[in-house]
Amino acid sequence: MGRVQMVRKVRLVFAAAVLVGAATAQAQGSGSVDPQAKRLYTRALAATCAHCHGTDGRAVEGGASIPLAVQSREHLLGRLLAFRSGARTASVMHQLSRGYSEEQLQELAAYFAAQKGEQGRNGR
Amino acid sequence: MKMRRRRILSGLAVTGSAVTLAALAGCATVGGKRPHVLVVGAGWGGSTVAKYLRLFSDGRVDVTLIEPEAAFVSCPMSNLVLAGRRQLSDITIPYDGLVRHHGVRMRRTRVTGVDVEKRRARLADGGHVDYDRIVVAPGVDMMWDQVDGLRAAREQGRILHAWKAGPETLALRRQLEAMPDGGTYAIVIPEEPYRCPPGPYERASVVAAYFKREKPRSKVLILDANPYVTSKGALFKRAWRELYGPMLEYRSQHKAVAVDARRNTVEFEVQDDVQADVLNVLPPMRAGELVVRMGLANANARWCHVDFLSFESTVARGVHVIGDSIQIAPGMPKSGHMANSHAKVAAAAIVAELLGLPVNPHPMLTNVCMSYVDDSRAIHVASVHEYVAAQKTFRTVPGSGGVSEAPSQLEAATNEAWARNIWSDMLS
Repeated sequence: MGRVQMVRKVRLVFAAAVLVGAATAQAQGSGSVDPQAKRLYTRALAATCAHCHGTDGRAVEGGASIPLAVQSREHLLGRLLAFRSGARTASVMHQLSRGYSEEQLQELAAYFAAQKGEQGRNGR
Repeated sequence: MKMRRRRILSGLAVTGSAVTLAALAGCATVGGKRPHVLVVGAGWGGSTVAKYLRLFSDGRVDVTLIEPEAAFVSCPMSNLVLAGRRQLSDITIPYDGLVRHHGVRMRRTRVTGVDVEKRRARLADGGHVDYDRIVVAPGVDMMWDQVDGLRAAREQGRILHAWKAGPETLALRRQLEAMPDGGTYAIVIPEEPYRCPPGPYERASVVAAYFKREKPRSKVLILDANPYVTSKGALFKRAWRELYGPMLEYRSQHKAVAVDARRNTVEFEVQDDVQADVLNVLPPMRAGELVVRMGLANANARWCHVDFLSFESTVARGVHVIGDSIQIAPGMPKSGHMANSHAKVAAAAIVAELLGLPVNPHPMLTNVCMSYVDDSRAIHVASVHEYVAAQKTFRTVPGSGGVSEAPSQLEAATNEAWARNIWSDMLS
């Protein structure tokens, strides 16, 4: 209980600092963005993969899409860069991976590798 | 949870600096309740934005979703129902995942009007909902006045569009089943932009596959208002030639102006009338009626201009429009996948503004549209889009995207996986 309150207090102070800082942030390069905003941007970037690979990379069971959330960062980045360079063939990913910078692909690989590997819920 | 939120907001409000107040300007509930976003319409855009507002805010933003239908019915894959390869139940998904897994409040009714100043929506059930932000995702409505006689012909059940999946999909399927072998099915396509650019060509293809299988003396006629096949043109035309030969005929520059339900005939602006056994006429489309009534359709009184960083209307503050209703950016199709992509950019921007964070200056979108060319093979078009600050719009990232080399079974499997994952991403 005491720990929970402490966490809340820390969050409160953190949120206040973030809010004051955020309004003045230049928000241009990733270097100047505060961590809470950066996390939101990364989640939104990762959401551009969810159409085929499931929310947060947890693909629906039994489909042809690879579940990203169970892969290592190195494996994911290696595949993405190989699709991007054309070293590895694909039906769609060679075309999509070329829409992202290498920095964005690194960000995506790190994000999905950090997700828990449970299965996506089947909508139907 | 409620307590924590209140303390954070009130704690900030008393710091009193101009900076903090500016950061909270988008939130009408400072010192009071949790921020509340109202989402109108639970299609591809609306369902997604409701879920992602909850996800991106870690539950700190409340979401109410208004939708009159009991369940979601997918337009993508619905052509397979027409072709007799899927049941309507295969493409119907309940909304309860949004409620159970994500805490979205759903109300099964319609929004009849919105007071943008008071931030209050009136509902058809007599109630109202107050909100801090509203996201409107009404899809498309039909411009019935553009094709004489079409509205009445549809109301009689004679000439259907089936461009919103559901009972009308089944009604058109029954017309195809009742058509004798040797008959003609004609699909009439409006000028761009319309919902789902490759959809009519996929429909023609899978209906041709059905005829080839069960009514081999029948014919498919595509009557297109556009001067060319508007999506995946080379791939479709090659597939038609190789798979269907003279069974399928494509005619460009056929802009429908009237129909005669008694004679099952369509009249064109320039070309001769065409009679068919099953006539499937897609009317020209515009933004959903609600946004037109709200005065948000400021692009030719037909679509809604938005600020592409947040999908906020350029007419009304605090009102966001996503999906098929918007005036699209270059290279951006009106598709379910794209509506889902709009929703995520809008959700991230709204959460940022409600929580006092800077809005992402460089959002990204993807689009993948897959189409069947027969029962077992599919093709795709894919693209990645980035926001360009100098032009204040999205553009296709140079060098990204493209189309299939050829139809394949692998792409049909990819299409199936796409559908199952994106339905889950929206609704589960």
